[in-house]
Amino acid sequence: MATRTQERRLAFLATALPPIAWVVVFFLAPLAIVWAYSFGQNQGLTEVDISGTFANYARALQPLYLGIFAKSIFVAGITTFLCLVIGFPVALSIVFASERWRAWILLLIMLPFWTNLLIRTYALIAVLRTQGYVNFTLEWFWNQGSWLMTLVGLEPLGDFTPLQLLYNNFAVVFGLVYVHLPFMVLPLYAALDRLDKSLIEASLDLGAGHIRTLFLIVVPLALPGIVSGIIITFVPALGAYLTPDLLGGPDSQMIANVIERQFKKANDWPFGAALSFLLMYATFAAIALRVYLTRGKPTADGHGI
Amino acid sequence: MSDERTKSLFGPHSRRSILKGLGAAAVGITLTSKNYSAWAADEEKKLNFYNWDTYIGETTLEDFADASGIDVNMSLFATNDELFAKLRAGNPGYDVIVPGSEFVERMIQADLLEPLDHAKIPNMKNIAPEFIEDAPFDPGRKYSLPYTWLVIGIGYRKSKVKEVPDSWEYLFNSDQYKGRIAVMSDASELFRNCFKYLGKSINDDSPELIKEAEAMLIKQKPNIKAFHEDNGQDLLLSGEVDLVMEYNGDIAQIMTEDDDIDFIVPKEGAMKQQDTLAIPKGAPHPENALKFLNFIFEPEVGAEITKTILYPSPNAAAVALMPDSYKDNKVIFPPADVMAKCEYPRYLGPEFTRLLDEAMTRLRAA
Repeated sequence: MATRTQERRLAFLATALPPIAWVVVFFLAPLAIVWAYSFGQNQGLTEVDISGTFANYARALQPLYLGIFAKSIFVAGITTFLCLVIGFPVALSIVFASERWRAWILLLIMLPFWTNLLIRTYALIAVLRTQGYVNFTLEWFWNQGSWLMTLVGLEPLGDFTPLQLLYNNFAVVFGLVYVHLPFMVLPLYAALDRLDKSLIEASLDLGAGHIRTLFLIVVPLALPGIVSGIIITFVPALGAYLTPDLLGGPDSQMIANVIERQFKKANDWPFGAALSFLLMYATFAAIALRVYLTRGKPTADGHGI
Repeated sequence: MSDERTKSLFGPHSRRSILKGLGAAAVGITLTSKNYSAWAADEEKKLNFYNWDTYIGETTLEDFADASGIDVNMSLFATNDELFAKLRAGNPGYDVIVPGSEFVERMIQADLLEPLDHAKIPNMKNIAPEFIEDAPFDPGRKYSLPYTWLVIGIGYRKSKVKEVPDSWEYLFNSDQYKGRIAVMSDASELFRNCFKYLGKSINDDSPELIKEAEAMLIKQKPNIKAFHEDNGQDLLLSGEVDLVMEYNGDIAQIMTEDDDIDFIVPKEGAMKQQDTLAIPKGAPHPENALKFLNFIFEPEVGAEITKTILYPSPNAAAVALMPDSYKDNKVIFPPADVMAKCEYPRYLGPEFTRLLDEAMTRLRAA
């Protein structure tokens, strides 16, 4: 007869093995292959000879590519910052919404996820382009204003000049914020929802204003959620390539666009692999930073992690 | 590249194509072994066709099934790179593919294509002879047959230009249309047409020429609104830009929607391309594939395809069946004197590809 320990071990194996096998077969093994490629060189058109060379990394660390890395980090950083600034009040309002509304608002936040990213991006093009819905709306108001001016006997406003909203860096950041906002709102909501509301009441009772309560009580208690939100917004934004491809202008190249070209048009998998791994090291650094920042800090429900 | 001809996202047949694509993908999983059909006296009545989206006649596949009893499963790819990436690890079960001419040369070098038995494709006689003779990427057409051909030029909005933009100068080296031009984001297509503007051959692989073109484009960059992912026709149609570097077939399609649009092949000459039909190594149904190729070059079948996709057809017998509005279309068939200056891009090796890609990266980062 099996002892309790053995039973427990069996139960552990039964539940843990499938996910471990999954991670090994579909994540670690392919990743290891790509990692090995990054030390190889092209042999003819279809073979990669893994020779242990560091040439790909040397090439990837040239100022040209480091500059593109820096630009990508900058764009992803702005995106994350905007998501935080926009997402925090949204998450806060969901937490304080009535039970009935909360489910609906959460649904609205998640609804865009049900549509393919490509479709959403094309939809953004239709909204932002010169003859798009934003410019149509502005033109309508412009013409109404013009009509009003003539009505009261003033000169009309002249011709409407459409705003150039597409094919520039603004469009890239706009698209990235639009796509990544739910990634920020959901962890923020989870953190704020667990927050003990009596602490806020105590702060207000003891004479702190709303702003002070927000920054001295709510933000520190929600910090783990904020950091999680920052990480899972920043990491995919750093690797974005579809958005800069479709919405970006002549100089909106991000590192993932360069990587994509290596695996497709340039047919240089080893160099693409080296660039990918540099990007991954940057991601690891970001996650390490998260661990460092939240180390020993209490979570929203008052307990340590 | 030839290559990134993203066929219209919301094209008229896209829904049907997606359904077919799903069916073919499922079949692709089960058909991995060539030997499976080899021992059978007769091949099973199936064919796996890997094609671009909206790139076949509306009834062509049904007609082929009626004529031969062979069911065609069509799945779709969006770029030549995707096609090459799929095949480089071994043919997952395709019988007929549609690679661009530059990739035909790459695939021959990588030993990915099956030689064609011309005796089994008698309808080859319907192909205009220049497409058999002028094919430096596949001499003697041992591995590929021309399906469509196309040429890069300038699509423009007639009401927004002062004179016909008949030179690459307007796109590559002039601020006359500042902020109203879009060029291709593909390094090969962009740089090698610059070579033409600079008076050199598309197949000149000297690094100095790449440098010269790069310097010119970096200077031109402030005047360029977008590097497009082969959706230049959409940018032109939606009024986002007034001049766009694009393939004639793509512009011909939108000219049916907007008669303020026209197209010209620059006087310096340009890059031309072919999309070809080929049989990849390891095809499970090679005999059916040959029957299918022969069927495609029937005059009526070629005409049916051409009516749907409106691309220039190398099938002379099919063109003869088309209405004058197609035959006399200056966009689909640019004047012979300009076409004489156009060239097919050759595959110039990995070093050239790398230099072009780096130049492109610098241009975009500049």
